Amino acid sequence: MKPRLGVYKFTSCDGCQLALLNQGADLLALLDRVELVHFPEAGPSAPEAAVDLALIEGSISTPEEAERIRGIRARAGHLVALGACATAGGIQALRNATEAGSAWRAALYPQPEFIATAERSLPVSALVPVDLELFGCPVDGRQLMAALNTVLAGGRYRPSGDSVCGECKQAGHACVLVSRGEPCLGPVTRAGCGALCPGQGRGCYGCFGPSAQANLASLKAVFAGLGLSDAEIGRRFAFITAEAFRALEQKHG
Amino acid sequence: MAEAKRVPLSLPLLARVEGEGALELAYAQGRIAGLRLHIFEPPRYFEKFLEGRHYSEVPDIVARICGLCPAAYQMSAVQALEGILGLAPGPWVQAMRRLFYCGEWIESHCAHLHLLAAPDFFGCANVVELAAKDAGAVRRGLKLQNLGNRILQFLGGRSIHPVGARVGGFWRAPSAAEARALLAELQGALPEAEALLDWVLAWPLPECDQAFESVALRTETGYAIEGGRIVSDRGLDIHAEAFERHFSEHQVPHSTAFHCLHEGQPYLVGPLARLNLNADRLPADIRQRLHQAGIALPSGNPFHSAAARAAEVLYALREALRLLADYAPTDTPYVEAEPRAGIGFGATEAPRGILWHRYELDERGLVRAARIVPPTAQNQARIEADLAATLAEMSDAAEAALRQRAETVIRNYDPCISCATHFLRLKVERA
Repeated sequence: MKPRLGVYKFTSCDGCQLALLNQGADLLALLDRVELVHFPEAGPSAPEAAVDLALIEGSISTPEEAERIRGIRARAGHLVALGACATAGGIQALRNATEAGSAWRAALYPQPEFIATAERSLPVSALVPVDLELFGCPVDGRQLMAALNTVLAGGRYRPSGDSVCGECKQAGHACVLVSRGEPCLGPVTRAGCGALCPGQGRGCYGCFGPSAQANLASLKAVFAGLGLSDAEIGRRFAFITAEAFRALEQKHG
Repeated sequence: MAEAKRVPLSLPLLARVEGEGALELAYAQGRIAGLRLHIFEPPRYFEKFLEGRHYSEVPDIVARICGLCPAAYQMSAVQALEGILGLAPGPWVQAMRRLFYCGEWIESHCAHLHLLAAPDFFGCANVVELAAKDAGAVRRGLKLQNLGNRILQFLGGRSIHPVGARVGGFWRAPSAAEARALLAELQGALPEAEALLDWVLAWPLPECDQAFESVALRTETGYAIEGGRIVSDRGLDIHAEAFERHFSEHQVPHSTAFHCLHEGQPYLVGPLARLNLNADRLPADIRQRLHQAGIALPSGNPFHSAAARAAEVLYALREALRLLADYAPTDTPYVEAEPRAGIGFGATEAPRGILWHRYELDERGLVRAARIVPPTAQNQARIEADLAATLAEMSDAAEAALRQRAETVIRNYDPCISCATHFLRLKVERA
């Protein structure tokens, strides 16, 4: 029997699902090997069905979503969190560090009582056990296919914890931090994108979240040396994967 | 004539199952007595967390609003911000922005046509079933979708949340060799884009004729994409900065997407609105093929949106070829400016229609306020009006038929909840 696959959307932009849909021939080959049970963007819909492999896009940002992810976890064999929203709460988790939740709702919606959301935007792992996290905003399509193929073959996939710097050197890009004084999060950001931003001549902005050995204090000192104010440095880290960097900072005191 | 008995509609808590759209429909004596399209996408508060951000950070933030059209968000934002900063990027940047946008139209339209719309017209539940029936068409669609992605990658490094665009231009000018490689790929796919248009023009699109106002951008020359004045077929002709004086957003209890109205009335944005207003700017052969397929423009049949998308894919591909034909890299892919305070407006044609942005910057270049009106908010009232018109005739129809027709109507607008409406929950009351 083919393994049953479900793809579920939570609070997100749909970009990680699109990264999967963009895989063209590789995707069709994958679909041959699985039974696609739930993937509304591509058609089949069976939100309550049990699956062997559940792919989760998006953060958990409403009470209903918290209930729904628990249900999916209970019915799923292997659960994979896809991208910055599902692994770190996403850019919408910027509200977590503030009193913003209800204040922002009141500011944006004339009748906030109609909107039911949680105060915070959370990664999937804050609510249920996650078997594999794939990082990025969006996830890298090739890494996603490699991970799915490994998992479906019964293997274990672990994304690299190295920093973007290694990929940047491999690609032969000039270091934008050293050669141009561009504030670059590459030294503390997890590899996976292929050093995209330095390839464009700009600094990395941290889509893949912190690398395993990230030394935030040291990089902040470098940024200060470039003349960035505390506020400017703070905004660099409070971005796409704000909560992941914030958690790391709290851990290191 | 006796007054129709009104069935009071209960408005329960927002339908919230998997970002689902839900339709509540009540018939009384064969007429529609109530109709509500519920939409619930959890709010993400972009306009609030843009506050306090430096203008240079805005393009990377707003891209995250939509994975299907991040470049559109970036292009409306840079237009508004450059207006404040007094930046006027030169012809190279202007041409590359149009090329970038063509890539997104191709990608987004192809994804919609094949993954979401086509199954409705082939009696298939979804694209997986459609692929079993017509593998060639699905493969062609995926290929064209990926060509759109290739264009986005050319200028943005990646297609979803591209990193190449910035206020003032692009971070980097691709090399001539990269441009030649892309040009060759695009040229090779031209026959497939032609075939896509023929394929969609042969779909059994339902006949109908509705009265609605089309609103789209229009430019002095060419088919408006990355800028222009906001015009309508009822005489509107304004600059983006006047938008708020003519259009207003309303919150309705049943949706987290605002309803945006023009002078209090629903209106249409998107591919069909563009075609209705700018058909004269399309190449004659594309116009003629639409005409031969029985599509008289301007069209009051919302289902002609599918044909409009296919026509725009072909147009965008030809336009991309034209823009790349004499490509040469530049030493100045962007221009820079000192921060200054002010208010700026941006309007571009996202794949789904006009995407309007307004920013207020302080003297340090930090965002003081932001307002974004996406196309789906603008089309929402029109979708409800279309549903009311279409479903009026179906008071005796079985629920399955009602659901299928309602889903087809909603999907036709390619709302950002397209995916969710694949399992529209329908609640019908009959009295």
